[in-house]
Amino acid sequence: MLKKKTSCVKYTKWGYIFLIPFFLVYTVFSLIPLISTFYNSFFENYMSGLSHIGPTFVGIENFKRIFSEGDMLIYTKNTLIMWALGFVPQIIVSLLLAAWFTDVRLKLKGATFFKTIIYMPNLIMASAFSMLFFNLFSDIGPINDILVDVGILSEPFRFLSNVNGTRGLIALMNFLMWFGNTTILLMAGMMGIDTALFEAAEVDGAKSLQIFRLITMPLLKPIFVYVVITSLIGGVQMFDVPQILTNGNGSPNNSTMTLIMYLNKHLFSKNYGMAGALSVILFFFTAILSLLVYFKISKKEN
Amino acid sequence: MTEKEKRELSSLRIRRIFGYIFLILLTVVCLFSFYILLINSTRNHVDIQKGFSPLPGKGFARNFNNLMDNPNLPVFRGLLNSFIIAASSAVLTTYFSSLTAYAIHAYDFKGKKAIFTFILVIMMVPTQVSALGFVSLMREWKLINTYVPLIVPAIAAPIVFFYLKQYMESSLPMEIIEAARIDGSPEFRAFNTIILPIMKPAIAVQAIFSFTASWNNYFIPSLILDKKDMKTLPILIAQLRSADFLKFDLGQVYMLIALSIFPVIIVYLFLSKSIVQGVALGSVKG
Repeated sequence: MLKKKTSCVKYTKWGYIFLIPFFLVYTVFSLIPLISTFYNSFFENYMSGLSHIGPTFVGIENFKRIFSEGDMLIYTKNTLIMWALGFVPQIIVSLLLAAWFTDVRLKLKGATFFKTIIYMPNLIMASAFSMLFFNLFSDIGPINDILVDVGILSEPFRFLSNVNGTRGLIALMNFLMWFGNTTILLMAGMMGIDTALFEAAEVDGAKSLQIFRLITMPLLKPIFVYVVITSLIGGVQMFDVPQILTNGNGSPNNSTMTLIMYLNKHLFSKNYGMAGALSVILFFFTAILSLLVYFKISKKEN
Repeated sequence: MTEKEKRELSSLRIRRIFGYIFLILLTVVCLFSFYILLINSTRNHVDIQKGFSPLPGKGFARNFNNLMDNPNLPVFRGLLNSFIIAASSAVLTTYFSSLTAYAIHAYDFKGKKAIFTFILVIMMVPTQVSALGFVSLMREWKLINTYVPLIVPAIAAPIVFFYLKQYMESSLPMEIIEAARIDGSPEFRAFNTIILPIMKPAIAVQAIFSFTASWNNYFIPSLILDKKDMKTLPILIAQLRSADFLKFDLGQVYMLIALSIFPVIIVYLFLSKSIVQGVALGSVKG
């Protein structure tokens, strides 16, 4: 023990040296841009036709405009609706699968195969996936062909002209892309639970649903909360899928326009003041959510 | 066997059957769209328009050649560009995140705890919120239409760092490091020749993740790259989406999507076991 201590003192400087690349790159490519984004949010700075307006200091005028225009509220609502539509089935299915995969008595065969399959959609390109769905669910696409051929529909359903249809497709894609990941996270949590507890409950004659409700769920709560909040943070960042599916329009009628799509619009039209203000709002939104995660984790360790 | 045991056994059997049915249904839902993608990439435009068929066509080579020759969609360049960016990011992020994790894991120095907490806190800050500053800074430094803004930031990746730090805690004993020191190995060389090889399994998992993340990334590249020959696959797909769609050869559309998705899936299928384990290992501890 003593030897270790003295050697640590001697090597201390290497700890700092090895941290240099991380902090150098972080400062240049993340911290300075973040500060500059905050700075930009207080300026009027945009393109009007070919002429550049600003930058003029306007204080919190951009923030006032964002809130008074009311667009942000609609986009926040859209984002949350589509997140929830995908997340609710996701958490139910993931809990069920995680419980099955970790159940020692059930012993499902081919669990490795199923785990491999359900995790697969998580790795594919969101933009390619939405382009694929755009083709599959188009008015003359294969899904409509099949549904009409089988006789479920009498005429093609116009998924992408319908609010529920488009939101539903986005939610379905989010579900498919994330339920495998959630299942594995929950499984890791369930495997951490002392098996003696399950055995004791079984000896006492508890049914599997009771065991799940009274033992698994309460002990799983920290990870469950972690999953919910990280998924919500991911949901706030929803972009690729609705952007490609609706070609950036959030069609029909702005019903699928998300917060990041809105930000992207300002960035492309070079409206830096508004983009900055929106980024700051998003920053604080995610920061609050992140702090919740952080305290949830550190509380668990104590 | 008592009556009670028999009843339990049959209830277990019912639950098992229900489980299999549900899992098979999910598998079908997961794979169905990829199946159609695969089939349609082998069919000609005219056949695709006629309606769905569960059997592959004979147009695979034709679709592939047409797509490669399409002057509006430099797909081969796009594949190459995506590969260069994703591979370089994967190498940089795993090497430097290991280095950062090692600094925190193996050394005791002032402010270590604060630095660790700081990295944990910034882990959750999404890249989108600093995008504005990032893009205008890159414009100022004349780095628009270069790969620097898409590759170099990979050096500071808090999530990769966190995973590797967790892994070191479970499988990198300090004794190894001390043995190397006694043998007179300099710190930096010890890291490269002894620590990195031990970390191989964790590095492999993270390399795959960061490769895929970068391969799939659309938001930042679309703001940085606008030169035709620099574009990556997701940007080409977005471009295809905004083009006048009805004029497009659907065989080519499906082929482009297939080319963007299947390379990653094939690699994944080879390595799936360690990936699925890796997710659980890195994300939740204890």
